[in-house]
Amino acid sequence: MLGIEDFWVWSVYLLCILSTGACVVYGVLNWNKGGE
Amino acid sequence: MIYTVSVIVLYLLVIGYLGYVGYRQTKSSQDFMVAGRKIHPLVMALSYGATFISTAAIVGFGGAAGQLGMGILWLTFLNIFVGVFIAFLFFGKRTRKMGHNLDAHTFPELLGERFNSRFIQTFTGIIIFIFMPIYAAAVLKGGVAFLESFFNMPFEPALLLFVSIVAIYVSMGGLKGVMYTDAFQGSIMFLGMVFLLILTYGRLGGVVSAHNQLTELFNNPQVQEQTKGLIQGGFRGWTSMPEFNSPIWWSLVTSIVMGVGIGVLAQPQLVVRFMTVKSNRELNRAVVSGGVFILMMTGVAFLMGALSNVVFFENTGEVASAVGVDNIIPQYISSYVPEWFGTIFLLSLLAAGMSTLSSLFHTMGTAIGRDVYQKGLGKKGNSLLITRIGLMIVIVISTILTWLSNDLDISMAIIARGTSLFMGLAAATFLPAYIGAIYFKTMPKAAAIWGIVSGFASSFIWIFFINRTNATSLQLSRLIFGKPFLVEGTSIEFVSQYDAVIIALPVSIIVTGAVWLIYKLMNQKDIEDIHVNKCFKGI
Repeated sequence: MLGIEDFWVWSVYLLCILSTGACVVYGVLNWNKGGE
Repeated sequence: MIYTVSVIVLYLLVIGYLGYVGYRQTKSSQDFMVAGRKIHPLVMALSYGATFISTAAIVGFGGAAGQLGMGILWLTFLNIFVGVFIAFLFFGKRTRKMGHNLDAHTFPELLGERFNSRFIQTFTGIIIFIFMPIYAAAVLKGGVAFLESFFNMPFEPALLLFVSIVAIYVSMGGLKGVMYTDAFQGSIMFLGMVFLLILTYGRLGGVVSAHNQLTELFNNPQVQEQTKGLIQGGFRGWTSMPEFNSPIWWSLVTSIVMGVGIGVLAQPQLVVRFMTVKSNRELNRAVVSGGVFILMMTGVAFLMGALSNVVFFENTGEVASAVGVDNIIPQYISSYVPEWFGTIFLLSLLAAGMSTLSSLFHTMGTAIGRDVYQKGLGKKGNSLLITRIGLMIVIVISTILTWLSNDLDISMAIIARGTSLFMGLAAATFLPAYIGAIYFKTMPKAAAIWGIVSGFASSFIWIFFINRTNATSLQLSRLIFGKPFLVEGTSIEFVSQYDAVIIALPVSIIVTGAVWLIYKLMNQKDIEDIHVNKCFKGI
């Protein structure tokens, strides 16, 4: 996967990108919430 | 050279201007300590990230990736998921609200006011005052090392120049000055890392091709010969995790990944950032830029550190660590990327050092000025002036520590370890009390106090007397007991490879829970309900 054989390394490579994606998606979906 | 100097002069002028803007907007102690609680979410996120990422994080941990490989990306994942997503949303929102309810200006004050305990505020302030200068000296040492090597400056003038610049804008501009300059410095760091990512993957023919070359490199007989010491320790190549339960695996997973990855949650200089925004909306927005920033900082530094092995081997026939772990990133930049980029990257490293140092100075200054002198000793006076005097004291102490360390052979790898040492200590000492403070109304004051004291004591003992790497280099065990670390030569010597955080944090959690349970069984309370309700109002 991605030129990396070790599961623990290619999975963390993807996890880094996915967790950043989660930050972006959460922030965008809640962009105007919580501003009372 | 003229190009480099003019870029750096321009950078310093912008820093000076932003520090001045902070100074003009600082009218009260609330402005000085929590930036008036009205900071823009992008500024808050960049400031949080730039404070977290120092020169040592890029060069020290990037060098560690050059030696140990891409397994260190687990730290990047924790930095994003725990350090931004969990921290901002599950800790940040409650901290912001409770900090406002209690009018807390610092992390020790938040804990002290929440548990209605002057001891907690003072003790936390003292721990920051004693141990953070070591972390600050490590960051300072990293910044000065670059001024020395790039401009051939002698150590003392480089140290004084670096400290003076940061001291002026921190003491005048307070947290506003710090956060405005952090945001500018963070932007430069981000730019530097984007270029580095594109340049390196581009040079190696794209993502998959680069990783394939790095995987194949380990199978080269010459490389096997050069890394045989590491292989004996459990190393299995730069695109594999070290062998489970090997010394390198323990060092990577417990010290680097766990120590820093979890330690970020209880960093006083980061927690105070949550108290600088006016509502939860700002934190929701800050998560976006915070997540992307941390990915680009640590993710790129670690990937480039590991991939530099391919470039080094192509050009010199040796793996990256042959130049010394601390020199991997600087050597890679000076030898294998275009010259124009060298200046941008140098500026990124300068910005990384300054942004972290300014926040540490600010946190230490408020700890000694407000938490210990004003609240702990009960002294009255001009809060702003007292904090500025406290700030000057800690700046002088950190500078003297750095100056003294110049005679020692302190490498960037040790600086990186100093970073994880402080973060681990902070996690074990503060984390259980901090979680209890913002999540559990029924947690008694005594549980928080015993958790903090036991976490600190067990961390201290493990760092100075048990952990092989730290105890050996800190020398206190040899001085008192005549052994580099206490368990040397005993049947339990294997425990010396465990980092303090995986021992001290559970100790702190268990002690906190045990005291809490005793209070519950005895049906006792040591904080009035009316105070607890005030703390949790609106949460």
